[in-house]
Amino acid sequence: MTALLLVEQTLNGLQLGIMLFLMSAGLTLVFGIMNLINLAHGSLYMIGAYFAAAFLTLTGSFLLAAPLAVLATLAIGVAVEITVLRTLYARDHLDQVLATFGLILFFNEGVRLLFGAESLYLDLPPGLKGQVEIVPGAPYPLFRLVIIFVGLAVAAALYALVQKTRLGALIRAGASNREMVGALGVDIPRLFTLVFGLGAALAGLGGVMAGPIVSVQTGMGEEILILAFVVIVIGGIGSVRGALFAALAIGILDTMGRSFLAEILALFLPREAAQTAGPTIASMLIYLFMAAILFFRPRGLFPPKVR
Amino acid sequence: MGARFAAFAILALLAAVPAIAALLDQPFYLDIFGRAMVYAIAAISLNLILGYGGLISFGHAAFIGIGGYAVGILSVNGIDDVLLQWPAAIGAAGMFALLTGFVVLRTGGAHFIMITLAFAQMLFFLFTSLELYGGDDGLSIPHRGTLAGFKVLDSPVALYYLVFAVLAGALALSARLVESRFGMVLRGCKSNERRMRALGFSTFRYKLAAYVLSGALCGFAGALLALESEFVGPSVLHWSRSGELIVMVVMGGMGTVFGPLFGALAYLMLGHFLGDLTKHWHVILGPVLILIVLYARGGLAGLFARLGKRP
Amino acid sequence: MKIRIAVAVAALAVFSAPSHAADKIKIGFVTTLTKAPAIIGKHMQDAVELALDHLDRKIGGLPTEVVYKDDEFDPEIGKLRAEELVKRDRVDFVAGFIWSNVLLQARHAVLRSETFLISSNAGPHELAGKECSPYFFSTSWQNDQTPEAMGKYLNDNAVKRVFVISPNYPAGKDMVAGFKRAYKGETSGEVLTPWPQHNDWSAEFARIRAINPRPEAVFAFYPGGAGINFVKQYAQSGLKELIPLYTVFTTDSTTLRAQGDAALGIQSTMFWGPDLPNETNAKFVGDFKKKYGYIPSFYAAQSYDSIMLIDSAVRAVKGKIEDKDAVRAALRRADFKTVRGFMRFNTNHFPIQNFYLQEVVKAPDGGFDTRIKGVVLNAHADAYGKECPMKW
Repeated sequence: MTALLLVEQTLNGLQLGIMLFLMSAGLTLVFGIMNLINLAHGSLYMIGAYFAAAFLTLTGSFLLAAPLAVLATLAIGVAVEITVLRTLYARDHLDQVLATFGLILFFNEGVRLLFGAESLYLDLPPGLKGQVEIVPGAPYPLFRLVIIFVGLAVAAALYALVQKTRLGALIRAGASNREMVGALGVDIPRLFTLVFGLGAALAGLGGVMAGPIVSVQTGMGEEILILAFVVIVIGGIGSVRGALFAALAIGILDTMGRSFLAEILALFLPREAAQTAGPTIASMLIYLFMAAILFFRPRGLFPPKVR
Repeated sequence: MGARFAAFAILALLAAVPAIAALLDQPFYLDIFGRAMVYAIAAISLNLILGYGGLISFGHAAFIGIGGYAVGILSVNGIDDVLLQWPAAIGAAGMFALLTGFVVLRTGGAHFIMITLAFAQMLFFLFTSLELYGGDDGLSIPHRGTLAGFKVLDSPVALYYLVFAVLAGALALSARLVESRFGMVLRGCKSNERRMRALGFSTFRYKLAAYVLSGALCGFAGALLALESEFVGPSVLHWSRSGELIVMVVMGGMGTVFGPLFGALAYLMLGHFLGDLTKHWHVILGPVLILIVLYARGGLAGLFARLGKRP
Repeated sequence: MKIRIAVAVAALAVFSAPSHAADKIKIGFVTTLTKAPAIIGKHMQDAVELALDHLDRKIGGLPTEVVYKDDEFDPEIGKLRAEELVKRDRVDFVAGFIWSNVLLQARHAVLRSETFLISSNAGPHELAGKECSPYFFSTSWQNDQTPEAMGKYLNDNAVKRVFVISPNYPAGKDMVAGFKRAYKGETSGEVLTPWPQHNDWSAEFARIRAINPRPEAVFAFYPGGAGINFVKQYAQSGLKELIPLYTVFTTDSTTLRAQGDAALGIQSTMFWGPDLPNETNAKFVGDFKKKYGYIPSFYAAQSYDSIMLIDSAVRAVKGKIEDKDAVRAALRRADFKTVRGFMRFNTNHFPIQNFYLQEVVKAPDGGFDTRIKGVVLNAHADAYGKECPMKW
């Protein structure tokens, strides 16, 4: 029974990690290449979910709504990059924080004005309902498996893009030394818009896939944004590979902590104390992890080589 | 010197608030401006390291929480005099800054942002589950304590002027600090830490001292906030509160003496009174913040300074 | 002689404030109008406006102004807004309050000024027990009451093992306490999840599934957006077919649309439902749907009753609201037509009322609604009344 639970919780952790990766991949690229702290990245996740719900109502098909929503989020991302963020690249980190905080407020309230205060309905596509038994006796929701596979596919595609294509070479070069890339005659503004759009699309995809699981409501992007920042700092800012490792580590650590910590503590502590300390420490676990990583490796696990 | 003129005008106005409130029979002004002053003190404390030292702390709400809980816990246990509560609040916050400072100051830039957040989050979850002191509920402070045995704090006006005095003290401290050798080294670290080290300064010790000072002052602000609202709860150390403090400092003009004062007042008043106008006020506040970044470089302090320079 | 007496009476009426009739009633209403729970605030605000329509915009026959304040889902702001209502707007009554923790912090400002505070939702046990106040009334319920009804219902149906899950905040703990007070069977396990940031229950559900022997029911309390997540994920995990889910304050008209099919068939207990058969309720629900185009939630029903309660008291004292004792006596009579058909006040000023079992069903228009299936508790008083020192 415990072994089954362990398998199931590992899958749960993996799935949480994948969601975090979709958020972090764009965030780390934008941060690493454009040196932009974009707090509004969580808003793009929310916008993705809202677009998915809207397009689902319009088209009646999740499979149609999902790509439409991702494209729409990409368009919003590009628009925001061109109108507001572009002028912020050369600015202080703090100016970026303030301006993108303003964007969060604007988007949260804008979405409420457009779609109303009520949470939107976004159901699972009919074919993806139900559970599958990966291991006999441990049914697992099919949709969450799909999330894991889509996420891994995105990770593979990103790897290929970054490692094998010319664009990828520019992205890697940009993360290591921005000025040099500019000096080589690359159209920097276009590269930046492209990278930002890519990040927005990934965040939107995250929102689309989270929509059927969580409540589609304003402010849904903020909590996951904080976790995504934890991920990219642990992984090393600018590193997609680091983001993947850190996201999976955080996902599994958090899930395992919530599931087993109280029981593990009960081995050393009185039952009562373990029951109260367990959940508390479980909530802190990822932050303890981050503090420990940064203590030993102040620039994260996989920092881009030259800066 | 437009910023300084604006600051003194604002301070004079703040000093006159109790009189105006009495004249207009509007005691609520004491509550709202008192709270704004407390946040101004917290913002000044953040500015010490963020504005002068370039260290972006995304966990300053933790110090507010420590200061607040120090007052709350002592008060619940019958230790009522603020002359005992305040040193405890300042000491606890300073101690937390000292202990975490050894870890957080090893990092810089974005990593510093996140590691300060990490410690604040840990504290947030700790207080959330601290059943003995209200847990998620928060802690009601049964009654405002005494000042050296005198029950003056029950008077809203006395409490207001106490906070005002602390605010003035914090501003003076901040102003003195910039001019001092200590402040010079700190600002030197912000622009080029390697150079400061090459000049023979132990930059780590300077940064640690600044971090502890900042944490302690913010703890004081937390103690005053608890006293004012007769309550402390985990919500005061939520990460969004740390974010708001950063917004106040940047909006007001970081690295300036009076910027945090402008920022705290502007942010809180804008929120309060826009909220009265429409429940969709965030849709206005958001673009206002963006416009400030794009067109008012140096925040409100910069804006005032430019206005002052005009013939 | 007669004239002299008349003059004396008139002079008394003019110069002694307590018997002075007000010419205008001002009510402050605190709720959440921004951030994620804004939908609850909207239901409450809409209900207050409808109540005013039904009263020809006059409380106790006097012109009325309602000042709405947003607590931003934050106790500190809630407290500041309460101070503002009392000191700046000088309201005669304060009502509203969704969240227990906001109410617990904001109440001091209102009660200290001896202004009557009518909670339209939050019902923390502190205010029902030792810290009850002559100036505090509730037109909702004490937190423990509704889950007590659920505990009783599960007893009646011989459900032997229940897993309990709830958010870790004051109301959540009250709900668990209430449920366990009434429920006589075995608790298979109990989880309190972080609030409000927790939004994925897959780890908890895996734990529930792994429990041996399997629980016969899961009891949950997740208000607002969290309830949407919880109910959707419970269905997606496949647990819904294995272990029936019983809830309180988790499936209502603010969440049903977003929960969709996942909520279908979920049973909960409640003091009221849109289909509760009585004349006042039929008018309230009918006019509400007509005016706003959606089904009112219990948040709306309670807010409507708050206004009606205030109206009854102002009417009873003929506008002399300065006479606090008279107002209190009038409030205590609860002499108004409530949407719940029947209620009176316990000594701690919390309602004594019926609790019903209701189930989520498909509405004729394709949406979702709740249907009352029967009474679980008759004229139920909360458990904390005994601890409240007030006697009347």
